[in-house]
Amino acid sequence: MKKVGKQTFMLTNPVNITSTACIVGPKEKDGPLHKYFDQTLEDEFWGESTWEKAESKIIKETVATALAKSGIASADIDFCFAGDLLNQCISSSFGLRDANIPFFGVFGACSTFVESAILASMSIDGGFATNAICASSSHFCSAEKQFRFPLELGNQRPPTSQWTVTGAGSMILSKTGQGPFITSITPGKIVDMGIKDANNMGGAMAGAAEDTIIRHFEDTGRTPDYYDAIFTGDLGYIGKDILIDLVKSHGYNIKNNYNDCGVLIFDKDKQDTHSGGSGCGCIASVFSGYIFNQLQYKKLNKVLLVATGALMNATSSQQGESIPGIAHAISIEL
Amino acid sequence: MRYGQIMFEFFKYRGLEEKLCYSSVSISLIFLSAFLTALNVFNRIGKFAGAGSLIPITGFANSIVSPAMEYKSEGYVMGVGAKMFTVAGPVLVYGISTSIIVGLIYMLFNTQAITLV
Repeated sequence: MKKVGKQTFMLTNPVNITSTACIVGPKEKDGPLHKYFDQTLEDEFWGESTWEKAESKIIKETVATALAKSGIASADIDFCFAGDLLNQCISSSFGLRDANIPFFGVFGACSTFVESAILASMSIDGGFATNAICASSSHFCSAEKQFRFPLELGNQRPPTSQWTVTGAGSMILSKTGQGPFITSITPGKIVDMGIKDANNMGGAMAGAAEDTIIRHFEDTGRTPDYYDAIFTGDLGYIGKDILIDLVKSHGYNIKNNYNDCGVLIFDKDKQDTHSGGSGCGCIASVFSGYIFNQLQYKKLNKVLLVATGALMNATSSQQGESIPGIAHAISIEL
Repeated sequence: MRYGQIMFEFFKYRGLEEKLCYSSVSISLIFLSAFLTALNVFNRIGKFAGAGSLIPITGFANSIVSPAMEYKSEGYVMGVGAKMFTVAGPVLVYGISTSIIVGLIYMLFNTQAITLV
């Protein structure tokens, strides 16, 4: 691994993405990306008695599907890096308690998926692991319950609010393989824009995404044209527009090849999702389903994947604290 | 409240005293709101109608029933019992406090009211 610039590391041996898997809920099934998901659910409970159990089942089955697709036995997986939004990451730890794989619980809010991928890439390129799993999940109902109001409450959602994705994504990273490969990693710094509105997380996280993307370009000497596509997850419509302007102020134009996973996963007008999707499961399922498919069929050859997280909880919001954001980036090339 | 008026006329038509009709309308609205909350319909009405659906008693019933439903999975004591007033609690505290303050002011400045009571 070789450090370039301030914050970016080029992997000496690019890490292979062996397989991906994703399972999503009913609303995501009705969205524009439905055909890219491995499995879609008919309802939010999936036969379980609580939403929390349902979320655990989603991440468990997603990991099982990724393993089955890779053909690698779970005994040959050295590490599992996984996380979610629920307090103390119970979805991941409960869902994967029977997996029998050394486990690291990761919390980076909605950036967890890429944070896990960075940690897994470091452990593989650093010679500690041959195969590793990354996974993250979120569930609309359990997230609303923890962060906001009861679902049946007759309140109205502001236009800046985002819709937490019910779903999970996972990928298996290996030392060798046919690609696509993770070639570089840019772990992000915590950036606080001073936004206190928990219903405007896209705006709160845009600064972190800006910081990491600019850092990546400056460290590597690349420009936005180097990539076929740049994806963030999940700034939503509002955060996406803010990010385009913020990045432009540094002299980089990402407007032509940039999109956000929260924008892609739902049809804003038909599905009433306001500013778009969010949650650990959003970028995880959109990458594992749609983006990985595009890489496999060579429709995209070079992708910069930037996952953003809002590092707040319900208590910090109530105490009037601002929302610190974070963004982690990985570049994926064929 | 047009629907309230329809209910009122209905109760009156069925032969209820006018005074009882008022209470019956309130009770019916509370029941309907709680019932529609349980059917996952009230939140859709709330999205469309906004404050029109929430003020005063229908929204209050909804704010009590919805957390009770949501937290049923944590048991009847620490779940339903403890969380039932998470949304309505502040309304109760400040609503009652305000009514006491207003009552005190009224009592101080309107001595006639005391003799009436």
